[in-house]
Amino acid sequence: MRHALRRDLMGIYTIWLRDVRRFVRDRPRIIGSLVQPTLFLLVLGTGLGHGTFRAMAAGEGPDYMAFIFPGIVAMTILFTSAFSAISIIWDREVGFLKEVLVAPVSRWSVAVGKVLGGASVAVMQGCVMMLLAPVAGVGLSAPVVLTMLPIMFLVAFAMTAMGIAAAARMASMQGFTVIMNFVVLPIFFLSGAMFPLEGLPPWMTVLVHVDPLTYGVDALRGVVLGVADRPLAADCSALAGFGMMMLALAVWSFGARD
Amino acid sequence: MAQPIIEARGLARTYRNGGRAIEAVRGVDLTVEAGGIFGFLGPNGAGKTTTINMLCTLVKPTGGSARVAGFDVVAEPHQVRQKIGLVFQDPSLDERLTAWENLAFHAMLYGVPRPVWKKRAADLLDLVALTPRRDDLVRGFSGGMKRRLEIARGLLHRPDLLFLDEPTLGLDPQTRNLIWDYILGLQKEHGLTLFLTTHYMEEAEHCHRIGIMSQGRLIALDTPEALKQGVGHDTVTIGVDDPDAAAERISRTYGVAVRRDGDQLAFPVRDGAAFLPRLIAENGLAIRRVAVRRPTLEDVFLSLTGSAIREDSPDHFATIKASTRRGGRR
Ligand SMILES: Nc1ncnc2c1ncn2[C@@H]1O[C@H](COP(=O)(O)OP(=O)(O)O)[C@@H](O)[C@H]1O
Ligand SMILES: [Mg+2]
Repeated sequence: MRHALRRDLMGIYTIWLRDVRRFVRDRPRIIGSLVQPTLFLLVLGTGLGHGTFRAMAAGEGPDYMAFIFPGIVAMTILFTSAFSAISIIWDREVGFLKEVLVAPVSRWSVAVGKVLGGASVAVMQGCVMMLLAPVAGVGLSAPVVLTMLPIMFLVAFAMTAMGIAAAARMASMQGFTVIMNFVVLPIFFLSGAMFPLEGLPPWMTVLVHVDPLTYGVDALRGVVLGVADRPLAADCSALAGFGMMMLALAVWSFGARD
Repeated sequence: MAQPIIEARGLARTYRNGGRAIEAVRGVDLTVEAGGIFGFLGPNGAGKTTTINMLCTLVKPTGGSARVAGFDVVAEPHQVRQKIGLVFQDPSLDERLTAWENLAFHAMLYGVPRPVWKKRAADLLDLVALTPRRDDLVRGFSGGMKRRLEIARGLLHRPDLLFLDEPTLGLDPQTRNLIWDYILGLQKEHGLTLFLTTHYMEEAEHCHRIGIMSQGRLIALDTPEALKQGVGHDTVTIGVDDPDAAAERISRTYGVAVRRDGDQLAFPVRDGAAFLPRLIAENGLAIRRVAVRRPTLEDVFLSLTGSAIREDSPDHFATIKASTRRGGRR
């Protein structure tokens, strides 16, 4: 039994290491996946901050670009996590997944390794995004960054686990593109990354609270800007709870697949 | 003495494809002794890959059972996996990693200690002549190089049994020969059991024992020599000026089925060498070329499946030839 556990932990580490190594090596991907968040931050941040939201913020509180900065970091993590989930479908398509599935490691450790690998990569990508803080007019002190990291990891973990759970049974890329459009984008839009969540119509308020990313954005905003809708502990518990649920689902889908 | 390395009883797998049931493997009884090269032969779609997938624990049988290296493939998959190596029909390397990293990944997954695998990986890369490309991304490798790397990877954890599913498929003849050199060398050097599939009948000649699959069933299991002897006839091929008339004449005189291919005629006779002088003396045919061929595994396959196929398709020879020769992946 101890032997089996050791073997599975080694399996998790191996699968994690592969994802991280591939990421670090892939400069075009690192840079490429920064384009979208940067556009959101700079173009939408400047454009919207200039009209609508300036009036709303009415002088006090953070300005719009600073307001969306934590949301953009969360967005970067969300998109990177989704991409990691896609890579598992890709692995299946190019046959590499078979190499993993005939190895003497448990299915659950393969799923956990993929989730941790994808989550680590997403956190790294989020860290690269933090370099834009000065542009957004946000000052990041060392303690703030150190508090952000575990929150970012929770967000990345929850989102990757959800992606892997969805991708574990999917045979084609097309299916995943649909998921991207019907799940990932709504998750981003409803998370409050781009606008404050006050005074929304009731139907939207419900959706906002179902959206797991809402809690990540709120937690990050609380740490970075000092304004939050909920206590940090509440946000983190929601994220961790959702993440664990998704991880269980990912492990289950992976194991159930023949 | 030693127990067989593979023991399958009534092994079966049915795929459900929408409402349709595809019986890919329909009850295979198979015993493979340890050591030597076992060849699994059959045309595309015969169920070879599905059988391997069940033996290597990737696919669950829908019927029967199998033990590999002494362990049950359903109840003890981890133990089975630890004992076997695989080279899949389709490539399964990570093309964004280097050759060395692919080996490292494999060794770690199989729990081979670092100093041990480093030494082995270096030796294996030497064996498959890839040492100069060790730190190159696999993406840039040719088909033959990838296949060689996969063979090296399959051996890294020292399996007792190595499955090779169509190891030479889609490779040019020169590379195919090279791969065969490696395979034969390996078997001699490491003494492990090789289980390989191919639909190139001539490649099966390298095997010590052969199982022939057709439509999900194992229809023969023996040494290549015994199988060929079982055919019971040689094939005589002649080139003549008037093939139609000659075919007519030969089939009437000797009561054999004559196949025609251009101006060539081919027909089976019990003892080709003794028959030829008679053919030449008795018939006054204008024979331009003549050849006698001992039975090949292709003839074995024909004679085993022939009766079933002949009934609905008189052109069975051409059909089988096409499906065994051409046939792309899967
Ligand atoms: N995953 C699958 N789903 C449905 N049918 C399959 C699947 N895999 C194989 N088959 C079918 O099972 C039969 C045997 O296939 P296979 O084992 O690949 O044969 P071989 O390796 O001898 O060419 C074929 O008819 C094939 O179409
Ligand atoms: Mg096959």
